[in-house]
Amino acid sequence: MKEININTPLTLDKVKNLKAGDRVYITGTLYTARDAAHKRLVESIKEGKELPFDVKNSIIYYVGPSPSKPGEVIGSAGPTTSYRMDDYTKDLLNLGLKGMIGKGKRSEDVVKSIVKNKAVYFAAIGGAAALISKSIKSSEIIAYDDLATEAIRKLYVKDFPAIVVVDSEGNNLYNIEVQKYKK
Amino acid sequence: MRKIRVEEITKEVSKMCIKANCDLSEDVLKQIESFKENEKSPIGKDILEKILLNADIASEKQVPICQDTGMAVFFVEIGDRVNIKGNIKKAINEGVRQGYKDGFLRKSVVKDPLIRDNTKDNTPAIIHYDFVEGDKITIHFAPKGFGSENMGKLKMLKPSDGIDGVKDFVLDTVNKAGPNACPPLVVGVGIGGTMEKACLLAKKALFRDLNSYNEKKHIKDLEHELLLKINDLGIGPQGLGGRTTALKVNVETFPTHIAGLPVAVNLNCHVARHLTVEI
Repeated sequence: MKEININTPLTLDKVKNLKAGDRVYITGTLYTARDAAHKRLVESIKEGKELPFDVKNSIIYYVGPSPSKPGEVIGSAGPTTSYRMDDYTKDLLNLGLKGMIGKGKRSEDVVKSIVKNKAVYFAAIGGAAALISKSIKSSEIIAYDDLATEAIRKLYVKDFPAIVVVDSEGNNLYNIEVQKYKK
Repeated sequence: MRKIRVEEITKEVSKMCIKANCDLSEDVLKQIESFKENEKSPIGKDILEKILLNADIASEKQVPICQDTGMAVFFVEIGDRVNIKGNIKKAINEGVRQGYKDGFLRKSVVKDPLIRDNTKDNTPAIIHYDFVEGDKITIHFAPKGFGSENMGKLKMLKPSDGIDGVKDFVLDTVNKAGPNACPPLVVGVGIGGTMEKACLLAKKALFRDLNSYNEKKHIKDLEHELLLKINDLGIGPQGLGGRTTALKVNVETFPTHIAGLPVAVNLNCHVARHLTVEI
């Protein structure tokens, strides 16, 4: 399995280099958004309003962190299940979103849109939230403050660990690996 | 009659919320450890190692193992020689309120399922009461994350579907959940009763220690067989392939109607938090 360090912004040349099964360490900016924030983002797109961050070449991390203890950057912050964002994802990919970090399956429609827009879907380890938090170096709420844990945060991460699950050609690691161990 | 003040219940519940969310219990840790040794998938093995490392970090720093600190679910057994001074439901909810605030745990509850405004204190808790003999109150607590909760299912089978119908339904539920419920899973199965009773049994099964078995031999055998069959699905840790899809299957049963065979499957992720306190 290849190990790749990537820096944001996630431009097309970097995306094309990533293959399902690659282990990546991401350094740079991630934006957090889960259910409620996605609903608002897509409503804004439909109404022609400006979004709270530039989606082009960015990575969205599906997470709702726990509150940070005094002196800590953030609380525990592992990925949430991605399929709940599927209904909103195409609109964001069409605007140039290049990466998503979550866990679990995506719909066929989303996978098609990932291929069409040359993007990538990463999985982080669900439930390894205290470990993942160590790679988050700063966190700032930039939109939808009223949504509390579901607000959009701009994170700066260093060597954030993830694995490529769906690459820009549509290869899907979930399908590939499970077949090997099925009896 | 033994008098128990509700303030005492609130204090215990508050402590339980924090402990259950930060310290993964020994039975779960040991099970992950033992499956890790036999995991053939390199990705799977690496994930199990990271899961154990994460549990260490969470316990040492007293931060949540998983950011989804769940909806607070309780099974409360009240002894018949206990005199509770005050309102136990209010006392438990107050304990949740305090514990989730003091422990920096995530508040994940919305007031109305459709309007979806956060209650901001993780209440209300889901509380099930039972009345038993004795002069104690036993509180069983599990913070239930919804990545796994969302993948649960209920099916009203026909009596003629029998044990094979039950097995097929459990396997199908786990297979469809795939990576979504954060495997390796703990699988709770409830068989019998009515529609809602089967669901309650499945939930109760998730509160059992991973070293425990159902006392009825045919159900114990079913737990064992289902675990083997689930691990033959190849889903593996986080659904990225491997032999560790479930850590344990716990099955609970109850008498049912001549016309029915209700089966419920309640899934738990590898952060299978559960804690019991006696007052």
